[in-house]
Amino acid sequence: MIRDYFRVLKVDLATGRGQVETLEGRDLFVGGSGLAALLFQKYGKLAAPWDDPEQPLIFAIGPLTGYFPLMSKTVMGFKSPYHNQYAESHAGGRSALALRFADYDALVITGQASRPSVLAVGSRHLKVHEAAYLWGMDVVTVGKFLRRKTPGAGHRSIIRIGPAGENRAAIAGINVDTYRHFGRLGGGAALGAKNLKAIVIQGDGSFPLPAGPEYAKLFADVHKQLTQTRMMQKYHNLGTPANVALLNDKQALPIRNLQQTSAPEIAGITGERFAEDALLRNVACAGCPVGCIHLGYVRLRFHADHRYYFRQVGYDHEPIFAVGAMLGVTNCADVLQLIDMTEKMGLDVMSAGVALAWATEAAANGHISEQETVVPLTFGGTKTYEEALRHLALGSTDFYRLLAQGTATAAAHYGGQDYACVLGQEMAGYATGEVFFVSQALGFRHSHLDSGGYAFDQKHEDRTVETALAFLLQEERSRVLLTSLVVCLFAREVYQDSLVAACLHSLGYGTLADRMDTAAQQIQQQRWHLRLATGFDPQQIRIPKRFLEVRTWKGPIDPAFLETLRQRYAEAIIDLAGVAPAV
Amino acid sequence: MKILTAPRMERCIGCQSCSLACAREVHKRLSWDTAGIRIHTSGGLSTGFEARTCLACLPAPCAAACPTGAFAQRKGGGVIVRKKLCIFCGACAEACPVDAVFLDERGEPFVCLHCGKCVPFCPHNCLEMITVAAAGDQEEVAP
Repeated sequence: MIRDYFRVLKVDLATGRGQVETLEGRDLFVGGSGLAALLFQKYGKLAAPWDDPEQPLIFAIGPLTGYFPLMSKTVMGFKSPYHNQYAESHAGGRSALALRFADYDALVITGQASRPSVLAVGSRHLKVHEAAYLWGMDVVTVGKFLRRKTPGAGHRSIIRIGPAGENRAAIAGINVDTYRHFGRLGGGAALGAKNLKAIVIQGDGSFPLPAGPEYAKLFADVHKQLTQTRMMQKYHNLGTPANVALLNDKQALPIRNLQQTSAPEIAGITGERFAEDALLRNVACAGCPVGCIHLGYVRLRFHADHRYYFRQVGYDHEPIFAVGAMLGVTNCADVLQLIDMTEKMGLDVMSAGVALAWATEAAANGHISEQETVVPLTFGGTKTYEEALRHLALGSTDFYRLLAQGTATAAAHYGGQDYACVLGQEMAGYATGEVFFVSQALGFRHSHLDSGGYAFDQKHEDRTVETALAFLLQEERSRVLLTSLVVCLFAREVYQDSLVAACLHSLGYGTLADRMDTAAQQIQQQRWHLRLATGFDPQQIRIPKRFLEVRTWKGPIDPAFLETLRQRYAEAIIDLAGVAPAV
Repeated sequence: MKILTAPRMERCIGCQSCSLACAREVHKRLSWDTAGIRIHTSGGLSTGFEARTCLACLPAPCAAACPTGAFAQRKGGGVIVRKKLCIFCGACAEACPVDAVFLDERGEPFVCLHCGKCVPFCPHNCLEMITVAAAGDQEEVAP
């Protein structure tokens, strides 16, 4: 519903009860990223560890969620098991519209359930169900059970974890509606620590719209831009996997633990190859007519007498990079099989792939042996990687338990830190150069989407610290506004400031529309403030040697440029935070 | 007389643009439910989508069941709805064989009016308005 305040449902898992709270601050914190920061400031325990039962899990949407196309993302704010600091992770699916129609701007979950549980909320219900029978189930199976147990097929969001989250792996993700994820920074473990196997949000509310024809007309205009122009074509055609071939051609695709940035066999896993050989169909997040989710199919023979089963598996550039290129797996079917295993186990596919890539090189270098890895890890070994992913999620051995806490943690113990491809967390699929490496290493979410450093690398031949720094700071600021509304960042070219302002005005958020820049600046500062107050010191972040050895289409990495930019960006972040890093 | 059909639902991506458009443009609501066309899964996203919408029955069992005349037979199939006459009894929803009538929490019914406003919002052309003769014979028109 349109309102100039926030309506928040706060649920205590320990008691199974909740309360609806109203908070002021719409014009200051907007929603999404800003609202999550506001709520973490209010409910978070800055000095307590991530698994303190009182730490809140926050799911926040924005003022435009559901009201305009592609306003389809939810921001999760939490203290991350990965680095024990404040973090955000973003997901789509039906989560955002389900929250909208449940009539909450945010859901805040505190406390720990005494037994494994499922939280079910809607506009007229709240219930914490005991569900010990679901504990241990993989993500696919638990989804089937919950569909049977809860009403509202197609009008609900089923958010759940797999074994990795239950086992508190810091690289455990949260599955949202089968094909989307709060993937990064260990959200799955944050749910697992609360004994929370799943959240089912039913979007069963209905709200009045502004009087007059203006809103519906503006909606139709935006919808037309998104569907009848070429602006979103790349997302629904090949989708993000189009990047695989482009980056490979540019010598900017991380391959075999970033030992290479280009290889001819990548031809087997390009977006084009997936589209021709494996693409089954597309699906969309609720409220998005683009339909960027590409589903491939895996057909597996399980009996000599031509008996098969098949699975539909979502694919994108990042999973293909992580369990394809990085692991030297260069066949579509094999990549889908590995993605499928990470899905079932509830692992963050990006971190899991990069972690196993490091382990493969570490095994070759003698830092670890088969005693640790249980199965022989070699690049291209799909079958053994499938087993290794299971070990990683289940924490079968000391080695896998440590690796599930992050590649840097394992490398600090076993050696091989120089070639641990970690930029704050396991790297994203871009080896485009210095600006990307710095932007992910220091970025708020340690995501390529924080500030788009990969785009700067590709658009600028020069290496000027001032220009790059200004780009990163400005880009982060403009994106933090978008993730507060909350718009899918794929639509960032459509939702320019003037359109965002028009959308806000059409719903009666005129004050906010007139102070968007200030709000974005404040949210940017507030997020960094929380991050530093929970322990982040950007000056301590180092970029492993492997990144300095990369050679792209521009030639070798310029270490001096990278180091200066790293220092300057770290200083700028501390300035933004307005607080010294906690010691 | 035209009716809404959903002949190409195998193309549906589940974006819900149609039902959101109906709620917005016809019923002046923001909702997944208070709409004449609603998109559901039938066993998760991997099984595809189905459209719950009026099949334009002739005669329409919902109209026959309505005790106040709020639902009246529409020529060519479907119903004409006069909300002022509705007493929120829910008989229409109960009578509908395909669950095309949604009742909100007060019992107010929402059903497809065959106006076609949802059609241009479908990015994959799943929906189509077709012309039907009064006797029920169908004649296709270009989309």
